[in-house]
Amino acid sequence: MVPHSSKSTTGLSRFAAFTALATLGLIGLGGLVTSHGAGMAVPDWPTTCGYNMFLFPISQWVGGIFYEHTHRLWASGVGFLTILLAVALQWRAADRSLARLGWIALVLVILQGVLGGLRVSLMKDQIGIAHAALAQGFLVLLTWIAVASSGWWERSRHAPVSAGLTRWVTFLTIAIFVQLVVGATMRHQHAGLAVPDFPLAYGNVWPPTHDAFLQQINANRSDARDFAPITSFQIWVHMAHRMLAMLIGVAVVVASVRLRRSCGKASLPGRLGTVWGWLIVVQILMGAATVWSNKAADIATGHVVLGAVVLGVGFVTTVVCRAALAAAEVPGVLAGAVRHPGPVFEGRTARRVAAVQG
Amino acid sequence: MITTLKTLAGVLVLASLTSTQAVDITGKVSLKGTPPAEKDLPLDPACGKLWANEKPKTRFYVVGAESGLGDALVYLKKFDGKVQDPAKAALLDQKGCEYSPYVLGVQTGQKILIRNSDPVLHNVHGTPKLNKEFNLAQMAGGKDIERSLDQPEVIVRFKCDVHPWMFAYIGVLPHPYFAVTDKDGKFKIEGVPAGKYTLVAFHRKAHGTEEKAVAQEITVADSAVSANFTVEVPPPAQ
Repeated sequence: MVPHSSKSTTGLSRFAAFTALATLGLIGLGGLVTSHGAGMAVPDWPTTCGYNMFLFPISQWVGGIFYEHTHRLWASGVGFLTILLAVALQWRAADRSLARLGWIALVLVILQGVLGGLRVSLMKDQIGIAHAALAQGFLVLLTWIAVASSGWWERSRHAPVSAGLTRWVTFLTIAIFVQLVVGATMRHQHAGLAVPDFPLAYGNVWPPTHDAFLQQINANRSDARDFAPITSFQIWVHMAHRMLAMLIGVAVVVASVRLRRSCGKASLPGRLGTVWGWLIVVQILMGAATVWSNKAADIATGHVVLGAVVLGVGFVTTVVCRAALAAAEVPGVLAGAVRHPGPVFEGRTARRVAAVQG
Repeated sequence: MITTLKTLAGVLVLASLTSTQAVDITGKVSLKGTPPAEKDLPLDPACGKLWANEKPKTRFYVVGAESGLGDALVYLKKFDGKVQDPAKAALLDQKGCEYSPYVLGVQTGQKILIRNSDPVLHNVHGTPKLNKEFNLAQMAGGKDIERSLDQPEVIVRFKCDVHPWMFAYIGVLPHPYFAVTDKDGKFKIEGVPAGKYTLVAFHRKAHGTEEKAVAQEITVADSAVSANFTVEVPPPAQ
C-alpha cells in the first residue's frame, strides 16, 4: 500500500473509523437483541410486522420489537456508510488494495444483512451464530481499512518487537475471535445461564451433566424468562467459554507485559499492550458479572461490546507489531512504497524490497 | 323357536354394546416436595397497565388444595382404536400479556384459534421440535390466527418474543383422551373406550421431557376409573 498522508486519505481513514464505530454500536444493539431474547420479536424480513421497515409506526416499537427494529434500522445505516466508504475508497484512495478492501466490506455487509434476515425468516439459531461471527469479522475489516489508510501504525516502526512476540500476538487475536464465536454460540444456544454460579460451577470445579442432574436443575429453575431446559451441550459450551477466557486472559496479560518490556511503556506497541491487558481483565470481570447478575441485559451486552473491542485492539496490536517487525527486518528502507506498507503484506513486501536492494 | 333365537341375539347385541360403553377416567395429580418460589413477571409499562391491582407471577408450579398440582397433562400413552377428527377448535388467548390457558391439550390436526385480546401487539411463536415452527405477528385487535399441529408432540412451547415472559405449553396427542389438571390437580378424561391403557401424567417443569413423566397401567371396563398420581419436585442442586 502507498503513503496515506494526504488530507483526502486522512479523511478516508476517519470515515472508515467512524463506520467501524457505528459497527461497534451495531454489535451492541445486536447484543441487546439477544440479551433481551428479542431476536424473533419481528417475525418477518425485510418487512417489519408487514410494514416497510422505514415506515413502521413508532407507537409499535414496544418490548422486544424496540431492540430488534432499532438493530435493523441501525444496520441499514451501517450498510449505507459502507457503500459510501467503498465508493470513496474507489474514488480517492491512491492505493488500489484499499479500494478492493472497501468493496469486500460492502459484500460482507450485504451478506451480513441477508444472514440476519435469514436467521429470522428461517428461524435458525445456527444462522444467528454465523451472523454474530461475521459481525466481528466485518468490524476487523473496517478497523483494518481505517488503520491502513491512516499510516498511524507506522509510528511503531522503531519498536523492537521480536518475531516470536508478533506471532504470539497474532495467535492471541485469532484465539479471541474463536472465543467470540464460542460466546456467540452460547448466546444463540441460550446457554448464558446454563451454569448460574461463578467461579465454581454448581458448586463444583466441573459440573455434572448426567440426566438426573439436568432434571434436578431444570425442575428448580425459576426465571420469568422461562428459558428452555438446560442441556448437557449448553453446559459444555458454557464451560468451554470459561476455560478459553481463562487461558486467553492469562496469555493476553503476559503478552501485554512483554510488549511493555520489549518496546517500552511509551511506545505504541507498549501502550496498546497496556490497554489490551486491562481490557481483557475488565472483560473477564464483565463475564463474571453477567453470571452474577443473572444475565442482566445491559451487563451481558457490555460483555459483547467489550469482546469486540478486545478483538479490535488485538488486531491493531497485531498490525503494529508486524509493521515494526517488517521495519526491523529491513532497516533503512522505509521509504516510498515500503514506507507505508499494508499491515498484512508489509513483511513480504519489505523482504522483497530488501532483496532488490541488497 | 325363532322368537327365542331373536331374543337371545338381541340380548347378546345389548351385552356387547354395554361392554364397549365408554367411561370416564377421573383422578388427581399431587405434588410432593417444595417447588421454587414463583417470580413476579417483569411487565413493561404497556402490559403493566393491564394489571392495575395485582402483580402476575410465573406459573411453573400451580399448587392448590391438598397439594393438588395444576397444569399437568394427563393422557393415554397409546390408543389403537379409531378416533374422530376433532370438530371443535381449541382457543389460546393472549390476555393481560399472558397466554391463557398456560397449558393446553389438543388433538393432532385440531384447529387452534390464537386470539389477541390485548391492546398491544404480540408475536405468536410456536417452537415445536417435531411439528413445523412458526412465528407470526398479531396486532392489537387483529383477527384470530388459525393453526394446527399435525404430529403428536409433548410438549410444544409457544412464546411471545415481544414480551419475553409470555409462554404457553401445548400437548399434541393423536387421540382425544387427555385432560389438563385444574388448579387443585383434578382431571377428568371423558368417554374412554374399554381396554387396557397406560395413563401418563406429565408436568412440564417437574419432568422436563415426556420420558420422565409418571405413568400407571389402567383397565377401563364397565364403570368409571379413578387414577391418582404423585409428581415429585426434586430438591435443588447444591
